[in-house]
Amino acid sequence: MTNRVTPYDTPGRHGRCRAGDPASFESSFQAEITNIYSLTAREKLYQIQLVDQEERNRFMFRPGQFVMLEIPGIGEAPFSISSSPLRHGNLELCIRAVGNLTNFLDRVRRGCSVGISGPFGTHFPVENMHGQDILLIAGGLGIVPLRSPLWEVLDNRNRYGTVDIIYGAKRPVELLFTYQYEEWRQFDINLQITVDQGDKDWHGSVGLITEILKERLNRDGDALAAKTCAIVCGPPVMFHFVCDMLIKAGIPMQKIFVSLERRMHCGRGKCCRCNIGSTYTCLDGPVFDYWSAMNLKEAI
Amino acid sequence: MIFKVFKKKELAALYELLAVNAVVGPVRKGTDRHNQPLNDFARVYSFADLALDYSTTVHSPKRFVLPYRKDLARFTVNEQKWRKETDLDTERPVVFFGMHACDINALNKLDKVLAESVYPVSSYIRKRRNMFIIGLNCRPSPQCFCRSMGTDSVLHGYDMFLTDLGDKYFAEISSVTAFNFLQQIKCRDPGPGDERQYEAVTAEKTARFTTEVDTSDLTKILDLEFYSPAWDRWGRKCLSCGTCANVCPTCYCYGVEESVDLNLQEAHKTRFLYSCNLHDFAKVAGGHNFRPLASTRLKYRYYHKHRGFVEAFEESLCVGCGRCGAACLAGITPPEVIADVRGKKKCVHGREEKHDE
Ligand SMILES: Cc1cc2nc3c(=O)[nH]c(=O)nc-3n(C[C@H](O)[C@H](O)[C@H](O)COP(=O)(O)OP(=O)(O)OC[C@H]3O[C@@H](n4cnc5c(N)ncnc54)[C@H](O)[C@@H]3O)c2cc1C
Ligand code: SF4
Ligand code: SF4
Ligand code: FES
Repeated sequence: MTNRVTPYDTPGRHGRCRAGDPASFESSFQAEITNIYSLTAREKLYQIQLVDQEERNRFMFRPGQFVMLEIPGIGEAPFSISSSPLRHGNLELCIRAVGNLTNFLDRVRRGCSVGISGPFGTHFPVENMHGQDILLIAGGLGIVPLRSPLWEVLDNRNRYGTVDIIYGAKRPVELLFTYQYEEWRQFDINLQITVDQGDKDWHGSVGLITEILKERLNRDGDALAAKTCAIVCGPPVMFHFVCDMLIKAGIPMQKIFVSLERRMHCGRGKCCRCNIGSTYTCLDGPVFDYWSAMNLKEAI
Repeated sequence: MIFKVFKKKELAALYELLAVNAVVGPVRKGTDRHNQPLNDFARVYSFADLALDYSTTVHSPKRFVLPYRKDLARFTVNEQKWRKETDLDTERPVVFFGMHACDINALNKLDKVLAESVYPVSSYIRKRRNMFIIGLNCRPSPQCFCRSMGTDSVLHGYDMFLTDLGDKYFAEISSVTAFNFLQQIKCRDPGPGDERQYEAVTAEKTARFTTEVDTSDLTKILDLEFYSPAWDRWGRKCLSCGTCANVCPTCYCYGVEESVDLNLQEAHKTRFLYSCNLHDFAKVAGGHNFRPLASTRLKYRYYHKHRGFVEAFEESLCVGCGRCGAACLAGITPPEVIADVRGKKKCVHGREEKHDE
């Protein structure tokens, strides 16, 4: 008899650590950047396609979820999927160049091969919002994760009541997706755009999102409170003011959804970098209803 | 559970049987400034190297399942195309000789996140399944508060657990592998005398604990005391050095780094363990830091250990080994911090601690 302790000889001997050999923790899809559009000086829209056709068709996500995008040797980071869930593995990501990976992405060309893993995280439950009025509020880069639920709503336009979008950026040149506003408007939606600071070519409204929101909330207060679901995404400072106003207007907390951002290194609930208090933003978020977000210490 | 008893000198025979595998155990590494021995877990090559009477080790055995640096993936790159290889290593069985209850409990807790929840970490699981663990009953030292954390004894997660009864060992056997090995040395079933003796030794150990932490309602209290000045008091002392996480058997947070080899044909994705007390733990690109203050980071560490993990898994992530307190250059220990947050003064090591405020 040999004395070597053989692996797997006694399944389950380590208490409850008895999971079978799982798929690799690091598994990801091969994907290719098929198109790149410059949206502003800092943000580009990347169209990304999973290489394997079957994987591409099987790739399903819900609006608000994110993927981890990886370039070997450069880095990996989370990005919200900004395209319609109907388009499966033909993803659109809108990325601002801020650090290692994102600045590298800023310089790549079409055909660049990337790794995609996911989709990860919770989503905006637009499937439960049928019959409701939808209020989307985005500040700055916050429009990126909101574009996916917007597409889902537009794709099923007759299932929803009124659709309002309030979108604010600092300056007109920082507005994203300007080429699409007309297309969105054709779906009978009310799109209001504001900038903090206009310029000579700007004829739209100037001011904070909260001012536009105040007008909107005043317009039909009670009706709004009764059947509105709100989705809010933007820089940390925005949440506080906007959500406060929505609650004062009578929209129940559980019908307000926010998408939060934290540092992430795995997207799989392992690295702890994304924790708020002690909740994983990557697993329990990034989308939270306001009640849950309020219960997280230091979330908003 | 099956119990056996064997003479002390038989342990060397057991070691020899097992030593065809890699063996890791407690060894003496030196002495501290009070001339107390410093121990650590390391590969051992002879039974005589084992310091089985160790009180605690400076580092936990964590690095044998979660190495401080580990390649998660390797890429071979050529032109625009690349291939990703994961699960790079094959594991050999490793025998852990003489692990205390707290450290076995710590591994069981790590299993909850790394092996039993969504996205199990395959490399960790492979290491875990290749461990053969011989547990060893300990003698509590002043830094230990495992009894308060309910981790002074261990119910599963080992192959064999030994208690020193003077001239013999009392063995609890929980795997067939361990049972088979014991068949090869001289051992017998315990008699009433052995059992009495075992109970007496256990009772004597329990009576030796000097440090306590009041964990009743701790999750709620941490929420209530989120803005307590106690966090600032301890935060002002904290050097944000990350030593506490480094020595902790249950801290598993990490960062990821990617690098390209000089030949430009290979790239590596490397995981390195990190600490939530380090300044840039929650800092994002663009410069915003979600926890810019030492106090908020220190608080977060306690939150994760004593609140978040409890919420998720109904047990605390701290096993009360006291290593973080012993290693902390600023003298920050969990019993003192928790007592302060609860608004109590704390009697540590028999002396009354006073706050400066
Ligand atoms: C759920 C989610 C969705 C996001 N969606 C988008 C999006 O649609 N468009 C976009 O431009 N940006 C998005 N971000 C932010 C984006 O992840 C960061 O800009 C990116 O990580 C910066 O990586 P870097 O390598 O360029 O920066 P570096 O500063 O070099 O960062 C190194 C690493 O730190 C981590 N990290 C740093 N900053 C962040 C951050 N803000 N969030 C998460 N991890 C970070 C990443 O793992 C990154 O690889 C999102 C973040 C989250 C959490
Ligand atoms: S608590 Fe102590 S060991 Fe931990 S980071 Fe602060 S000073 Fe360092
Ligand atoms: S937090 Fe400190 S006492 Fe608790 S398990 Fe970690 S090192 Fe041990
Ligand atoms: S991103 Fe790693 S735990 Fe959430």
